Amino acid sequence: MNSYNPFSLKGKTILITGGAGGIGTATAQTCIELGARVILTDIREDALRATLESLPTSMTGEPNLCFTADLTNAEQLAALVDFCPKIDGLVCNAGVMKLTLTQFITEEELSRIQKINLNAPILLTRSLLKKKKINKGGSLVFTASAAGVYRVSIGNGIYATTKCGIDAFMRTVALELGPKGIRCNSVNPGMVETALIGSFTEEEKEKEKLNYPLRRFAKPEDIAFGIAYLLSDASSFVTGTALKIDGGMTLS
Amino acid sequence: MEIKEFIEHFAEQFDDTELSEFKPETVFHELDEYSSLIALSIIAMADEEYGVTLNANEMSAAVTIEDLFNTVKAKAGE
Repeated sequence: MNSYNPFSLKGKTILITGGAGGIGTATAQTCIELGARVILTDIREDALRATLESLPTSMTGEPNLCFTADLTNAEQLAALVDFCPKIDGLVCNAGVMKLTLTQFITEEELSRIQKINLNAPILLTRSLLKKKKINKGGSLVFTASAAGVYRVSIGNGIYATTKCGIDAFMRTVALELGPKGIRCNSVNPGMVETALIGSFTEEEKEKEKLNYPLRRFAKPEDIAFGIAYLLSDASSFVTGTALKIDGGMTLS
Repeated sequence: MEIKEFIEHFAEQFDDTELSEFKPETVFHELDEYSSLIALSIIAMADEEYGVTLNANEMSAAVTIEDLFNTVKAKAGE
């Protein structure tokens, strides 16, 4: 059997935030299938445990682990970093979205979404670096979005600005950590079939699909495969890149 | 403020340099791993640990780790 696989994640340890569902769970599954072990974190304790149980066994000899944490809470974030062994990959994937027209934005909602989507990934990256938990040759991947970075849409101002923030942070970290042999990139999905887009009606979704040349939204796996590529040594010379995975949505 | 502790904080900013290389008399600009990014880390460390803002001139004027320690110590006492 030909074992050539530059996309292998064999022996790597990957920390995934927002692990209890959607893109996070699909990423965990893909990483394990490619030979990694995963450490999942999420704020939803029951869903996180159920996800961990549903995953295949790690082939690395070390078990997959999970740790419940609210990453907007400094103590819980610090506890996660202490719990975490040294990692080869980080997938900052946890995020929320709420559509609000600009004149209805409240400071509370703005602050809540910024803390989850922007502050938490920045502070988690900071703490992992400070505690020297990221191995040389490591790879950081942020789930950004086509929103904000490539396209804006009505009512999505808060979410879009947090994703622009992630884009700028991702490129900054790529610049700072390149000399240490650590890479940093993002995936930028359009609409993905996850709970995040639950606020759209079926009718809205069907209409929105007409904006996608491939005439469907992404499945979580479509994004997970991009993340796995960026975690793998196949992307050894790729850093500071925003990888659009949007079915062609932003072309027109 | 102890020089031993200062050297530990100084060394934490490096990844590849052996701990035994960090002594009071080490000419830190000549360490292979020393770079402008590490210089920024050391400036941030001095701010975080000692509440001292080092400027670029003070960084280049210090030859050894002990020189830098003395600069930080003097400024911390101001």
